[in-house]
Amino acid sequence: MIRLTDQAFDPGVLLSDFCRDRTETGAVASFVGLARAELGTAVILELEAYPGFTEGEINRIAQEAVDRFSLDDFAVVHRVGKIAPGESIVFVATAATHRRAAFEACDFLMDYLKSRAPFWKKETGPAGARWIEPKPQDHADIARWET
Amino acid sequence: MARVLLFGRLSDVAGWRSREVESPSVHALRDLLSAEDARLGEALAAPGVQIALDQAIVRGDAALSLRSEVAFLPPMSGG
Repeated sequence: MIRLTDQAFDPGVLLSDFCRDRTETGAVASFVGLARAELGTAVILELEAYPGFTEGEINRIAQEAVDRFSLDDFAVVHRVGKIAPGESIVFVATAATHRRAAFEACDFLMDYLKSRAPFWKKETGPAGARWIEPKPQDHADIARWET
Repeated sequence: MARVLLFGRLSDVAGWRSREVESPSVHALRDLLSAEDARLGEALAAPGVQIALDQAIVRGDAALSLRSEVAFLPPMSGG
């Protein structure tokens, strides 16, 4: 499941829904990304997507994760629009027979979302607005999977 | 007329998000936009800017049809 939403979401509800009615899945791993206040320098975060293209690109990499880690299932929920500090930006869950695959697939999907998924992120604070682009650490993180 | 979309910092630089532009190819379109607005031209030439034609990334030039959608995509960052 891949969903973009401009509404705040409750990651606990998403995780409960994701775990429901599974009899063969032995492991679910999840990740929740939250908007940081950066000690008051970031008042609002604004995320832009390219509707259709963004979901398609996430689906392409999620299918790669399904193949690579033999996932039973995955969920990616990503906010768009204006996000206040403390709100959830992204929820990723992965389901597999055993825990290692679920952990690794979740890590893989998040590394992809940070630097390759079609989103554009603008942070506005008292000092003005700036576009956030991937940092060297984000590129190093995704390079771990390129073998 | 091709539909042109700008994302992220590109739409801030240009002051628009979406326009209809007549152009025979992706590169001709980029040249036209750059000739009209030098600041946008500089932003389009920056490292990491990708182009999507009808929602698929294109590398190199490609012909445009009347209903093409061309999107200019600066470096991406989600999560």
